Amino acid sequence: MTAAAVPTRYPARWKRPPFIERAWLRRAIYGGAALYLVLAVGALEINWARLSEGLVRGWRFAAAFAHPDFVSRFADIALGMQESLTMTVTATVVGIAVSVPIGVGAARNLAPLPVYLACRAVIALSRSFQEIIVAILFVAMVGFGPFAGFLTLSFATIGFLAKLLAEDIEDTDPAQAEAIRATGATWAQLVNYGIQPQVMPRLIGLSMYRFDINFRESAVVGIVGAGGIGATLNTALDRYEFDSAAAILILIIAIVMACEYTSSLVRKRIQ
Amino acid sequence: MLRIEGLAKRYRTGDLALDGVDLEVPAGQVMGLIGPSGAGKSTLIRCINRLVEPTAGRIFLKGQEVTGLGRAALRQVRRRMGMIFQEFALVERLTVMENVLSGRLGYVGFWRSFARRYPPADVAKAFATLDRVGLMEHVDKRADALSGGQRQRVGIARALVQDPDMLLVDEPTASLDPKTSRQIMRLICELCAERNLAAIVNLHDVNLAQMFVQRIVGLRQGRVVFDGAPSALTPEVLTRIYGEEDWTRSIKREDEDEEAAPAPAHGGEPERERLAGLT
Repeated sequence: MTAAAVPTRYPARWKRPPFIERAWLRRAIYGGAALYLVLAVGALEINWARLSEGLVRGWRFAAAFAHPDFVSRFADIALGMQESLTMTVTATVVGIAVSVPIGVGAARNLAPLPVYLACRAVIALSRSFQEIIVAILFVAMVGFGPFAGFLTLSFATIGFLAKLLAEDIEDTDPAQAEAIRATGATWAQLVNYGIQPQVMPRLIGLSMYRFDINFRESAVVGIVGAGGIGATLNTALDRYEFDSAAAILILIIAIVMACEYTSSLVRKRIQ
Repeated sequence: MLRIEGLAKRYRTGDLALDGVDLEVPAGQVMGLIGPSGAGKSTLIRCINRLVEPTAGRIFLKGQEVTGLGRAALRQVRRRMGMIFQEFALVERLTVMENVLSGRLGYVGFWRSFARRYPPADVAKAFATLDRVGLMEHVDKRADALSGGQRQRVGIARALVQDPDMLLVDEPTASLDPKTSRQIMRLICELCAERNLAAIVNLHDVNLAQMFVQRIVGLRQGRVVFDGAPSALTPEVLTRIYGEEDWTRSIKREDEDEEAAPAPAHGGEPERERLAGLT
């Protein structure tokens, strides 16, 4: 009954089983990944001359942040900001209004199969295109300006919000919904009482988050002609007016941070 | 009140959960349903209000056939069957009052329920029921702020404001401590006596079933293998329901009966006293 008697019968060494059990497969996968990485880095053609030139320009750009120029292009910046904010607010509101029914339709526990498939198709379509590509299409359709940006952001919001809402609905506690069904409630009442309270905090949080994203994206889509602060920024860069560009970037950063702060505050409050 | 004929349920996975169940529950009777896990207790209860669609058999509530009803008619019948759940199944983020009023959803239109503007009679009924289960001071609290026993009282109130003819009760004490379990079972039995409701109560605790219900039905592998008075539960019967085990110690002796028998409803003072531990 001494402790020394134990190791004679039981192994004293134990190793955690490897993630990939077959040794040859494990070596092949890890080795292959390493080899690919080496080859890929080797295939990059780095032009050191261009890089040093770029560093100089980059430094001038960075230096411009020390003395941003809000004044000389003030009218352009104000207009761009106004367009961007309008675009963001309208696109977020419209986007939410459209995504809620699509999100409900894309939740398998609420929608019959045909509706589910149709809504999932809309979501897939919206998610398969990056904002810039959508913006280029809308600019081609409705012309330059913030309306194209509004359409782009609304479209992108649908894919984002409807998908996450649908997943959240599918993750709700089925017992709560079952209890509401057992009272003889209609489908609409079931959604209102059994589902909505469960998903509301997250829906509000996601909407706030999407507002953030839409503002940032509004700066990007402007570069391809969909209006907003992005267009102003693009013009400033084209003219090598780095100090005006710096002013615009500082404003964008400030607004994004303000949005971020408010949304985290709101999300904390509604839990 | 409730009549079940040849009820069978086969799930899509191929599992036969219910295999020809015949039962009749008269008004005012509290029937305990016991059996091992997977015997089909929950399925049986959910087939009655068709939260689970039966594969075969017929169900009658007060002579009206429930099986085969269309969606609108089914909703109307569901109003008359109050359901009480294991783990309470309250909508956690709604207030106690909203949870109780949700029992009226089958009676009010969508916009009224959406705006929480229930008819005054419904609101009065909800307050009266909350008072009866001893939750008057918690009306505006969120359901997730209550203790287990209090939550189950909300669940009971929600079932009662439906003005049901019967209660379907699924493991009401599964997540409660022994004392609260007894108080909840006692409350359910009293309410059934007061309102002359039939009730089917799924229970996994044989002792609790023996203490409170007037009739026990044992289910095993989807079939009724026992139907009789609690006093008729012998070791042989328990072996028939649950399988081989030493049952002699879990059989309640007659002299322990005193405290446990389902108290007839008298309301008023003794009531308060018994609720004191919960509020």
